[in-house]
Amino acid sequence: MIRRASTGLLSRSIVAGVHHRHFSSTEVPGADELFMMAWKRIMPNLDPPKTPLAFTRLRPSSISAADIASKLTVNLVSPYSEFSNREVDMVIVPATTGQMGILPGHMASISELKPGVLTIHDENDVIKYFISSGFAFIHSNSVADIMATEAVPIEKVDPASVQNRLVEFNQKLSSASTDLEKAEAQIGVDVLVALNSALSE
Amino acid sequence: MAMAALRREGRRFAAPLISNNPINPFRSSFAPAEEQALLGVRSISTQIVRNRMRSVKNIQKITKAMKMVAASKLRAIQTRAENSRGLWQPFTALLGDTPSVDVKKNVIVTITSDKGLCGGINSTSVKISRGLRKLNSGPDQESKYVILGEKAKAQLVRDSKKHIELIITELQKNPLNYTQVSVLADDILKNVEYDALRIVFNKFQSVVSFLPTTATVLSPEVVEREAESGGKLGELDSYEIEGGETKSEVLQNLTEFQFSCVMFNAVLENACSEQGARMSAMDSSSRNAGDMLDRLTLAYNRTRQASITTELIEIISGASALQG
Repeated sequence: MIRRASTGLLSRSIVAGVHHRHFSSTEVPGADELFMMAWKRIMPNLDPPKTPLAFTRLRPSSISAADIASKLTVNLVSPYSEFSNREVDMVIVPATTGQMGILPGHMASISELKPGVLTIHDENDVIKYFISSGFAFIHSNSVADIMATEAVPIEKVDPASVQNRLVEFNQKLSSASTDLEKAEAQIGVDVLVALNSALSE
Repeated sequence: MAMAALRREGRRFAAPLISNNPINPFRSSFAPAEEQALLGVRSISTQIVRNRMRSVKNIQKITKAMKMVAASKLRAIQTRAENSRGLWQPFTALLGDTPSVDVKKNVIVTITSDKGLCGGINSTSVKISRGLRKLNSGPDQESKYVILGEKAKAQLVRDSKKHIELIITELQKNPLNYTQVSVLADDILKNVEYDALRIVFNKFQSVVSFLPTTATVLSPEVVEREAESGGKLGELDSYEIEGGETKSEVLQNLTEFQFSCVMFNAVLENACSEQGARMSAMDSSSRNAGDMLDRLTLAYNRTRQASITTELIEIISGASALQG
């Protein structure tokens, strides 16, 4: 599943609108100005609140197909930790459709992730994390954002407790009565099976 | 020895005499009737000043302790807030943030603290929420509030009672974690109809600076609509959806995930801001108490010296009256 960025990407950003749609702005900072103006009109005595745009970190801008970066910039974020702007060669994510490899120059895509192992290949280092579902955004400028609810390095996972919990959840699944309980037990089983297979690799 | 005799003589005369009230800037703050009734002529207002000094000193101790407590809580929560900052960046990079979006159903999620004594941050959040509501009040637009925290509840219940959908308090009873916030986010999404969610909170920039911020999360339908109209979201179509499901389902999961991520960061930042604001409020309070204590000490000394002078005057005038 290795695809090259399509040149069609650029043509999309030039939308020929017949009349001015108040939301369509050509650049990111512009969207704030409408808000600022409207705010100043309505509440002149109060400073307008800041928006996340004021706090976003700069990212490399979209580049054309001819100029593909040599390395993939990967940001792995979770509610408790983040690794940003690591330049790596390849990342393999456990998408719901299977293991997906991401190389520099991958086509832009949004994919849902299922519980599984995330592998980062950097030169000859291979770092594995177990992630419990999330999303992966791949942008056309060779930046990949991986958002996971939990991301733990594989070394920190304890095999014995994984086995115990798997047995426990299998029991729960077989004794579940309502749909909700079944769903919860199924989720537990899925995650633990994935953990198990990740550990045994 | 002569002085001692004079003093003894003087005492007999002093009691019925009412001493001249010394010129004292704090006089006006003490009830005049109190002084004379209470304790006899000599130590008229020193007792009162002493009482005041004791209570101000106690207040200073309490506020200093509160500042230390807030500082330690801030330390604990600050690292977690900073770690969670990366969580919403990818969403803003992909979907942008559009506070000026024009939708029918706005829901304003106001995040405030439960406890007080934290300066003006809660009032600022409430003012901004009210401002956002005014901004989005058009002919076919409606705005509802979802309130997190007692302080906003107290302020908004007064005038916007019928626009409040949900009130959630006691958020910080257990240490904040993502699971709790995601359950909360799920609750809000289930019970409230929305086209755009505007989360109002105080972003923690430093111990002395808190920036009121609003983050906008759009519902999947609005995202699709805006994607069609172009602009930042127009590039969304170029992204290949790999989910095995339909695009709208993935978009829905995406927006729900975005909401819970943004909420998590917002709640943590607001908690940091609360502790920081409390630190600075308690610091200025204890400094103020220290100033008051200095002034009271001066007043005390002045009063004490004045009463000694009065006593001496009585003695001497009594003695000179005797001499003839």
